Formats: sequence, structure tokens, C-alpha cells
Amino acid sequence: MEKILTDLVLSPLWYFAVARGLLVIVILMSISAYTVLLERKASAWIQGRIGPNRTNHPLISWIPFVGTFLAKGGFIQPAADGLKFLFKEDALPGHVRKVYYVLAPIIALAPAIVTMVMLPFGQLPGGQIITLCPGADVGVLFMFAISSLGVYSIALAGWSANSKFPFLGAVRGAAQLISYELAMGLSVLTVFLATASPNENNALSLVSMVNAQTGAWNILFHPVAALVFLICIFAETNRHPFDMPESETDLVGGFHTEYGAFKFGIFFVAEYSHMIIGSSLFILMFLGGWHILPWMPTIGSGIIATLLGLGAFFFKLCFFLFFFVWVRWTIPRFRYDQVMRIGWRVLLPIAVLNLLAYFIWYALRG
Amino acid sequence: MAIKIVVRRPLTFAERTYLPQIIAGLKVTWDNMMRPPVTLQYPDERPTIPKNYRGVPTLIADTNGREKCVSCQLCEFVCPPKAIRITPGEISETSDNAHVEKAPKEFEINMLRCIYCGLCQEVCPEEAIFLQSQYSLTGLTRESMVNNKAKLYELGGTLPDNHHKWDKKKEEAERQSHEGH
Amino acid sequence: MVTDNKPSLVTINVDGVEHQVAAGANLVDALAKIGKEVPHYCYHPKLPVAGNCRMCLVELGSPMRDRATNELVTENGKAKIGWQPKPAIACATNVSPGLHVRLESPTVKACREGVTEMLLLNHPLDCPICDQAGECKLQEFSAEYGRGYSRYVDEKNAKPKKTRLGPRVTLDDERCILCSRCVRFSSEIAKDPVLGFVNRGSFNTLTCFPGRELDNNYSLNTVDICPVGALTSTDFRFKMRVWFLKQTPSIDTESSAGANTTVWSREGKIYRITPRQNDAVNDTWMADSGRELYKSVEAANRVTFATVKNAQATVEAAFAAAADALSAGALAIVGSSHMSVEEQRLLARLAQAKHASVYIPAHVGKGDGLLVSEDRTPNFRGALVTGLTDRAPIADLKALAADIDAGKVKSVLIVREDAAMLGLPASTLAKVRSVVLATHHNVTTAAAEVVLPALTVFERSGSFINCQFRLQAFAQAVPGPTGVLPDALVLARLAGADAATVWSELSANVATLAGLDGRLLPAEGVQLDGAAFASHKFPEGKLLKFAPAVNA
Repeated sequence: MEKILTDLVLSPLWYFAVARGLLVIVILMSISAYTVLLERKASAWIQGRIGPNRTNHPLISWIPFVGTFLAKGGFIQPAADGLKFLFKEDALPGHVRKVYYVLAPIIALAPAIVTMVMLPFGQLPGGQIITLCPGADVGVLFMFAISSLGVYSIALAGWSANSKFPFLGAVRGAAQLISYELAMGLSVLTVFLATASPNENNALSLVSMVNAQTGAWNILFHPVAALVFLICIFAETNRHPFDMPESETDLVGGFHTEYGAFKFGIFFVAEYSHMIIGSSLFILMFLGGWHILPWMPTIGSGIIATLLGLGAFFFKLCFFLFFFVWVRWTIPRFRYDQVMRIGWRVLLPIAVLNLLAYFIWYALRG
Repeated sequence: MAIKIVVRRPLTFAERTYLPQIIAGLKVTWDNMMRPPVTLQYPDERPTIPKNYRGVPTLIADTNGREKCVSCQLCEFVCPPKAIRITPGEISETSDNAHVEKAPKEFEINMLRCIYCGLCQEVCPEEAIFLQSQYSLTGLTRESMVNNKAKLYELGGTLPDNHHKWDKKKEEAERQSHEGH
Repeated sequence: MVTDNKPSLVTINVDGVEHQVAAGANLVDALAKIGKEVPHYCYHPKLPVAGNCRMCLVELGSPMRDRATNELVTENGKAKIGWQPKPAIACATNVSPGLHVRLESPTVKACREGVTEMLLLNHPLDCPICDQAGECKLQEFSAEYGRGYSRYVDEKNAKPKKTRLGPRVTLDDERCILCSRCVRFSSEIAKDPVLGFVNRGSFNTLTCFPGRELDNNYSLNTVDICPVGALTSTDFRFKMRVWFLKQTPSIDTESSAGANTTVWSREGKIYRITPRQNDAVNDTWMADSGRELYKSVEAANRVTFATVKNAQATVEAAFAAAADALSAGALAIVGSSHMSVEEQRLLARLAQAKHASVYIPAHVGKGDGLLVSEDRTPNFRGALVTGLTDRAPIADLKALAADIDAGKVKSVLIVREDAAMLGLPASTLAKVRSVVLATHHNVTTAAAEVVLPALTVFERSGSFINCQFRLQAFAQAVPGPTGVLPDALVLARLAGADAATVWSELSANVATLAGLDGRLLPAEGVQLDGAAFASHKFPEGKLLKFAPAVNA
């Protein structure tokens, strides 16, 4: 068991590499798909409805209890949704710039997958880090650099669609991403100021960040930075209440107005991937990563501890995904000028002041 | 002066951060999540139709099975979307209901036009047309959405009132003729 | 009747307001003219006064005069009014100078309420099945003057609901309020007294005299004047509620009397024809025979499309064929007194252009001295006035048949006449080129080369000139068969004329019609000067409002 897990994570053998690659896609796609289900179910509960509870398949529905449970819970719904996207006619509107139009969803998904493989999830008993791309402890800068590339897909989609609503959505999306990138970076800086020492290698490594939270979690010492970061990941993922690029009430569908079928599906997956990445970063930087609770000693040893850590991480991730959904169905969308004001006139000063405060504190303390 | 000037209270710092409102909102949605759903799963579950529901207009027969409509055409006249079309006719001398003299030869309600306003029921002097509980009406052709007389009586059935206005009148006429007038 | 040319007015006082009304007029009519309605059932302006319904009770008074000096008695500076101690019926009162009337006093209201309650005692609750509903005086006055609920606790009288009074009239005895309008009409106007009341009290019943029935040609007028739904038209009974029917002014085409009519139609279907009041022509009456003419509209043998050699043709093809046939040389035209003035003028211009000979066949029947004249066409005077002919109508077309046999005539245009019935057999017609304009298929249309569809009087507009030389308009009541052009347009096309300008041309060129436009006639028509045609011998005898010229 332990051997297989270790091999799967670390072995350079080609079939393990292929398995890891497939695993990325399967996990990403299925988490995204089930986040969609969560979104639909949670919104239904909030609104006093039932949510998807009909989809079933003959191969499953005959099973007593289980079949009914899967149908009522909507667990087969994501498969149906995905298959629908897959089998719909992939129409290419006549007025679009075709190459960029096709390129945009690819550019949306690629950074998401690249960032995903770099995320550390847990620690093997030998101390090695579980990621989908072993040995590449690239640190938080890489994460930010790559995941921010997603804005190109929005800009590209809006521009290539060659119609006004996508274009407006794209312009808004680009401006919003740039605006919140600053505050986010400054808030992260505060945390790293605390955890990384100047001479250390891998100073910006996420793993060392997690290791630094073995005792107290960063959120306890940096609540303002955590709040700013949290708000910023909402804005960066274009989720409510910051979904300016989509903004269906005033922009029809925003940047993906002209997209349909599987290309639209890819945008969808990319959005949920960004949610996963954002949540993971928050967990890693502020919520102790795979540590179960602050100041809690490691429970068990070896494989047990690894699995518990993975479980803790997964539990925190699930909560965050639910939190994203919960917020979406609670708070109305900001107006565009409000979004800009919050980004530039509220979050950025707070992040700067926060950084300065910690800077002075550390300087005075020596 | 009846005008009361309400001075807007300045927001507190907490309110201006917007965070307490967000938390309150999250609590509201959370409370909603804990409540049972109100969804009615329509084809499987059916709503209970209230007594005063205005469903598909139907024609009814009295408890003796006599069609109550005498084709006075008031409903046709009052119908705002002109959905009703009546061809009046005379009841044959040999019929049991010859004493009523008049009955519709054909009675059509075009359900594509009907707006369920209930004016036909309100105007009917014979209490022959009622908007009953039938609410689900579908058809595959335009023709099938026109309810003819047979369909209207099939949908309407019998309402248990005991006016029997015409039958009482017939009995009275027979009584008077026996008394020799 | 008040003579309009000598208006001598008197002043009466109605509810304290003075009004000028025609001297000697019936009080009900006089009040109606100044916009005051006196409810009434039995009174009818064209019938003798019976005064038996008591609905028109009003309070009457006149200025008091001193018995000794015959001076007006004044009180507080005003003339003192001596009010009659009991209300009187307005219908039996003629206006006199200084007459004072109270229409809204408590006494009058109580009278109306009481009369209404009495009339409703035994009246059945039949309104939903009653054909009179919507034009029922009892219904209207009960709503306006009745108390709104019944105090009667006993059972209502049951009477026969469906008595056959005649071939066209059915009686519902329960609804009858015994106003006797029908009785008076039968004896005074129709001169066929067959109706009367039998039994007493609540069992008083209208009936026919033993062994007789109401079968004269004016029986349906009793249905028109019945203020309730007692007398019903057997034809119209239970067919359609009157409030759906569109009323179109028209003219009875059965004879040259030209009775004014109202055509009642709904959605292109005619349901009944009733008389329209015209005191110069028909008062408020018309003959039963004229009321059935609408049935020809939906006859099975209607011509609904043009045919060329008995094969259906497009309008254009038929016109081309007709123009070709009419140009074959020596043209004879059989015109008709059933054509309107406009059509006759257009036909006259066609005849002039083609140098055609014109034949107008006569249709003569027996007159009844009332509203059916001897000339059974509506518009022979029109043919004279428009210049279509200057001869008396001819009895048959044998002369034309002889001309055809002799080869003097090469083509024939027949408008609205069945030539085969008039001595021009189909075999003769087949010898020449022929164009027929007809409403119904007959032997002539079967033999004709080109048949153009025509419209009935109910489907087109125009005007007729009746035996009194009275120009009267009729309007289109229902649409004709799809694609059929009005006769005037067809004739205008054949004559190369413009149908729209026919009236400006007529008023400019015909002295009798100078300054007139047949499309803008008043409802009662326009009396023309027929002096120019006084030398003609017309078949009409004395009618309700027409007397033949003595010198003829």
C-alpha cells in the first residue's frame, strides 16, 4: 500500500508518469463536475428547492437503495452534464476570429492544469511531498504567475468573439484581475515575511510554508492578510460577488456569450479549477495545509498520518468549495465601479498598511 | 404637516466594512438550507386544488342528467377573448327536456383563447358553466384544444345542486292542467 | 301624424321645464322628440291607441281659470296649476297649450312600479331562452322602473309555450302581456282580423279566431311590434341572440314599393330581415315575403366564380373572354330593373358605346295595396332615370330571339335576368356570343359562353328608385363569395368606365339626379321629381303610401 502510493507519487517510471497525468485530469474534471453538482444542490437548498434528483442510468438504477440514493442525490447528474456538453453540436459562429476563438478555452484550462500539478497535498511517511509533479517544489510565485495567465483566455475569448457583450466582459475581467493581483500579492508577502528567513533556500516554497504552520496557523497571526487574500481569490476566480466578466444580467454571458458545447464546458471546468487552486493556496498559506488542527501533534505514524493529512486537506478543500457556493447564493453582485473601488481604494491600502505594520513590527523586534 | 423627515443615520464602521452584513446574509442562507424544500415534484405529486380555483371551463348537467345550458349565449357575449362559440338549437318535441325548449346544438370553447377569467361562470343565468379544478390541458393540434359540447359535459360532470328550475315549472304546469285550467 | 310643412308649436311644461312641441301631437311622441322617455307597451305610433297596459301613466295638469271671470288664477305671481287628481295615460293624451306633465313624481314612479309588478306576476323567467331578450321592452322597463324583486308567493300561471298561430308565427302565451298591438295591427293595417283574446283574468289568452290562422303576408309584423317575446318568428326562433347581430340598412327588392329594411347579420351570415321605419314609404311595416329573400344568399346554385364555356376561369381570363364576346358585332343587352341605379348607368354607357339595343324585361305580379306592388322589381324607375331605356318594360324577349334567328344580333349581354324564362331559349342563345352576369345558376347561365358572378342586394351597396321616384340607398350587409367583384365594378370594366365616378357623372348629366350622391343619401331617401316620366304608364296600383297618377 505504502509502496504503491510512494511509487505513484515519486516513481520516474513512464507508466507511473502516465497514471499521474491521467489522475490530474480525472481528479480535476471530476472535482470540477461535482463542484457544479454542489453548486446546483446548495443553491436549491438555499432556495427551498430540491435540486437535481432525476438523472439515473439503467446500469445503476436497478441496485436497491444505492441506485435510488445516487439518483436522489444527483450523483449521476455531472456525468449527464458533461456528456451533454460533449455531444452537443460544436457550433462555430461565422463572425468570430476562429483561431483565437478556439484557442481561448485551451488557454483557460492549461494554466489551471499546470498550477494544479504543482500543488502539494500532503506528506509521505518519508517526508516527501505529495504533488502530481514530484520534485518540483516551485513555490508560490510560480503559482501566481501561471494561474494569472487565465486572464489571457478571458481577454482572448472576449476579443475573438467579435461582439459587444463578450468584449465588455473581457475588458472588465482583465481590469479586475490586474486590480486584485496587487492586493493579493501584498497580503501573501506579509505571510512570507513572517515564515521565511532571508538566507533560506526555497524561501517562497509552499511546503516550507505548511511546515512553518505545524504549530500556529498563519490565519491566527495574519487575519487581515487572510481576509484580503480571501476576498482577492474570490475576485481572481471571477466568482460572485465579483463575477464581472460574466455578469449575466447586464452582459448576457460576458466573455463566453458566444461559446457553446464543449468549449463552454472547458471554460466552466477552468472556473472551478481556479476555485480549487485558490482554495488550496488559502489552505496551504493560512489554514495549515495538511495539518489537522493548530498545535495538534501528528496522529499515528507512517501511512496513517499521511492519509489523515490528505483527508484533512481534502476536508478543508471541500469546505472552501462549499463556502464559494454559499457566498455566491448569498451576496448580490457588486457594481463594476464598486469592484474597482474595493480593489484600489480599500484592499490595496489595507494590504499595504498591513505589510508596513508587520514590517515595522519585525524591524523593531529585530 | 404630515411630512416626517427621516434623517439617515450614518453607517457605523462595522457596517461600512460590509462584513457584518455578509455574515448576516450567510446566516440567512444557511438557515434556509436547513429548512425542508417546498418543491412540489409535479407529475408525481399533485397540488391540492382550492375550492375557488378557476380551471378549465366546463358544462354541467343537473342531478337528473339534464344539460343545464339553454344556449342563452350570454357567456359567448361576455367572453373577453371570444373563446366561446355556441350554435343554439331547439330541443325536439319528443325529448324528455322538451319543456326547456332550447339547448345548444354545439358548444365550443377554444382553450387556446380562453383566459380563465371566469366571467362565463359569473354571467350564466342557468348555472350551467363552471370553471372547475381541471388545470392541465394539453393537445397536439389546434383542433384538439377546442373543447366541443361532448368534451365539455365529460369534463363538467354533475354538480349536486337541487334547483331543478325547469322541472319544477313543468310539474306546476301539469298540476295546473290537472286542476282544469 | 304631424304635418312637417306647417309647424305650429305649443308650449308644454315637463317636470317644471318648458318645451316647444308640435301642436296636437300624441304626448308620448311629443315627449320622445324632446328626449323624455315615457315607458309604454301597448302604444304604437302607427296603431290606434288602446290604452290597456297603463305603463305610460303620468300626472297631468293645466293652468287654473276662474270659473266666473275665465281669468288665469295666479298664486305667488305664477299661474296656479290644477293637477288632475289621478294619473292619466300619456298615450291617450294629445298636447295642448299650457299642458303640465310630471314624469318623475313619486306617484308616477309608484304607478310604473306597480304596473311592472303586475305584468311580471305571471311572466315566466324565460329570458335565457327568450328570443326577445335584448330587444324586450318588458326586460328594459323592468330593469329601469321595476322594484327588482318579486313579492309574489303563489305559483305562476302555466300557459301553452308553443302555439302555432300561423305558418310563420309561434306564440308563447306565458310571455304575453296582453297589450293587443298584434290584434290592432291585424285588423287595422293588415285588414285581416284573425287575432283576439279569450278567457278572463289571469287566464286571458291571445288566440286566432276559430278555424283561422295568422297566415297573411304581413303576419311577421306582429312579431316586430310585440313588446315582449310572446310572438316569435318561427324562422328566427332560437337561431341567434339579437345582440350579436349587426344591423345594416337595406331595401326590400321584392317589388317597386321599396320598403326600407334592416338586415341583421353576424359574421357574414344573415339571420333575419325586419322593416326599417320610413314614414314616407312603409311606416314600420314590410311584407313577410320580403323577409325570406336572404335565403337566396346561401342557395346551393349561387354563381361563385367566373366560367368561360362552363369551365372555371380566372377573373382576368373571364374579362378577356367577355370583352372578346361583346366585340363580336351587333350587340344586344338585356338589362334588369333589379340592377342598382349605378349599375344601370354603367350599363347604359356600355350600350351607348357599343350602339347596342337594350331590353328591360317586365316582372309583373298582383299587388296587395300595401307594400307589395304590381311591379315586382325594385328599380325600373332607375332604368328610366339613368337613361338605360326610355320604353316600358317588355313582357318577353321573343323579339330578341327573332333578331338572333335572323342573324341581326351577333352577341348578347344579359345582366341579372334569366332569359330562358323570358322567351329566349338556350338553343337560340347558343347561336350567338353571350356574356351573362348572374347571381344564381339557371338555364341561361348553363347556355352562356361567359358567366360572370354577381352579388345579391345584401352583398353590395347601391341605390334604387322606387315607384314614388324616391331614391333610396342600400348598404352591404355581408361579404359576397370570395373573389366576386361588385356588379358595378364588373360593368365599369366592361364599359371601360370608372365605377368610382359614376355618381359625379350622374349628378352632372342627369337633371333628375342633379346635385345628388347615392352614397350620401339620408336614411329616409330622397324624393326625386318624376314629372319628366309622367307620360309613362306604370303598372302599380294604390299602395300604403303611393297612389298612381290619376291622369295616366
